Amino acid sequence: MKILVPVKRVIDYNVKPRVKSDGSGVDLANVKMSMNPFDEISVEEAIRLKEAGKAEEIIAVSVGPQKAQETLRTALAMGADRAILVMTDDEVEPLGVAKILAKIVEEEAPKLVICGKQAIDDDSNQTGQMLAALLGWGQGTFANTVDVDGDSIEVKREIDGGLQTVKLNLPAVVTTDLRLNEPRYASLPNIMKAKKKPMDEKTPADYGVDIAPRLTTTNVTEPPVRQAGEKVDDVDALVAKLKAVGAI
Amino acid sequence: MKTLVLVEHDNTNMKDATLAVVTAASQLGEVHALVVGSGCASVGEQAAKVAGVATVHVADDAALANQLAENVAPLVASLMESHDAFLAPATTTGKNIAPRVAALLDVMQISDILSVESEDTFTRPIYAGNAIATVKSSDAKKVITVRGTAFDKAATEGGSGTIEGVTGAGESGLSSFVSEEIAKSERPELTSAKIIVSGGRALGSSEKFEEVITPLADKLGAGIGASRAAVDAGYVPNDYQVGQTGKIVAPEVYIAIGISGAIQHLAGMKDSKTIVAINKDEDAPIFQVADIGLVADLFNAVPELTEKV
Repeated sequence: MKILVPVKRVIDYNVKPRVKSDGSGVDLANVKMSMNPFDEISVEEAIRLKEAGKAEEIIAVSVGPQKAQETLRTALAMGADRAILVMTDDEVEPLGVAKILAKIVEEEAPKLVICGKQAIDDDSNQTGQMLAALLGWGQGTFANTVDVDGDSIEVKREIDGGLQTVKLNLPAVVTTDLRLNEPRYASLPNIMKAKKKPMDEKTPADYGVDIAPRLTTTNVTEPPVRQAGEKVDDVDALVAKLKAVGAI
Repeated sequence: MKTLVLVEHDNTNMKDATLAVVTAASQLGEVHALVVGSGCASVGEQAAKVAGVATVHVADDAALANQLAENVAPLVASLMESHDAFLAPATTTGKNIAPRVAALLDVMQISDILSVESEDTFTRPIYAGNAIATVKSSDAKKVITVRGTAFDKAATEGGSGTIEGVTGAGESGLSSFVSEEIAKSERPELTSAKIIVSGGRALGSSEKFEEVITPLADKLGAGIGASRAAVDAGYVPNDYQVGQTGKIVAPEVYIAIGISGAIQHLAGMKDSKTIVAINKDEDAPIFQVADIGLVADLFNAVPELTEKV
């Protein structure tokens, strides 16, 4: 089977974002960008399924600016077979991304789409579920473990109270949580090889879907800053402090 | 505006997460609640008593027992013909179902709202809460998930909503429930605990986590949380994780033990009323948000604290 893995170029997770002083957004100029960490987990899981003989081809896809090429090259260096860049400088909302992905699914006919559960920039946590709805497929969100068995997949999901296992008919959408796997680093020879792997360039117009934004961000501000309190010298002082604020 | 609130429950009891959503919905208009489950009549009765709830729609069907998104979303989408906004808690249940509903309605969801500014404008955290965006929706229907710590809880008594039965579309045939491993615990749930004792990687092992963190939590009647590092290292299960992608908590007191304070962790607890940090690294970022900090070896300090509180 084919696996489709959407990946997003986002601010590196180690970078502390800075809000622009005019309230128009977060300053991304000269900031280190990386693949969304959850998408790395998706790529890794697809590769493991291929290594286990359960998948033949992995297609990485990204909707984003020209520079999202770098993110796709990372996916290729990890082990994806080919890539599709749907190039746009506009911000595409999860609903729009899901619509584009649904069209790509029609063309490529993968049996499985593995998405990150959320992107660490807009923290929406929507695209995978929306894609599943648009396709009329089952969804295994927040996956901790996946097990492909013939025409179905069992997904152990991380839920608030613990873990839940669901069985989905394939084709299906899975979204990844942190404990699914630990993504590999691309080796230098694989990074070199990735440069020769095929990458199609498309635009949203090629798919003929309406991706006009439905949300307008009118302002972006810093959250209220929490001031550091004081340090105490020992446990007795800590207990006294806790009592003073009525905590205990 | 007529709103529809997804009630969080386990077929027997309504969960607290619902109450903040009712408050958010009441700022938009008339509050209708939706209970989806199997053998969940008692939950419908509890929801009808919540202050401000006008009507409770109860979909009681064996096919809905585990609230699989594939079965719940079409039901919600059909109810949205007569409602203007769907609001779900930003729990794993709500986050699983709401986007599926949004796509069926061709609506862009507004995730994890912190406030209602007007009937089409909301604030929500982005970049792990390092920025707060004000967003205005142009969709005719709204689909929203609500951050529980950002809204007061509606009172569980005082309402007298009418209960109406609704029928779902049955089994989608796309998915089925296999099993569940739910931690049984006498402890307060993280999202509603007044005090949380949270441990990090510095604990070193699951045995030490249990040995150091649990007695303090027991003594304080506290919930137990953990950093991502501690969960990844296998000291505790995933449902302990506090942070950007885990649980968002805001207890009266949050005691961070051996947690350095990565931005992803701070995103999940920095709205706590009083933050206490115990860490032997005096430069740990957790001290920048802590109200009370103690630079000490946790293996000495925490047992002593347990004894003295």
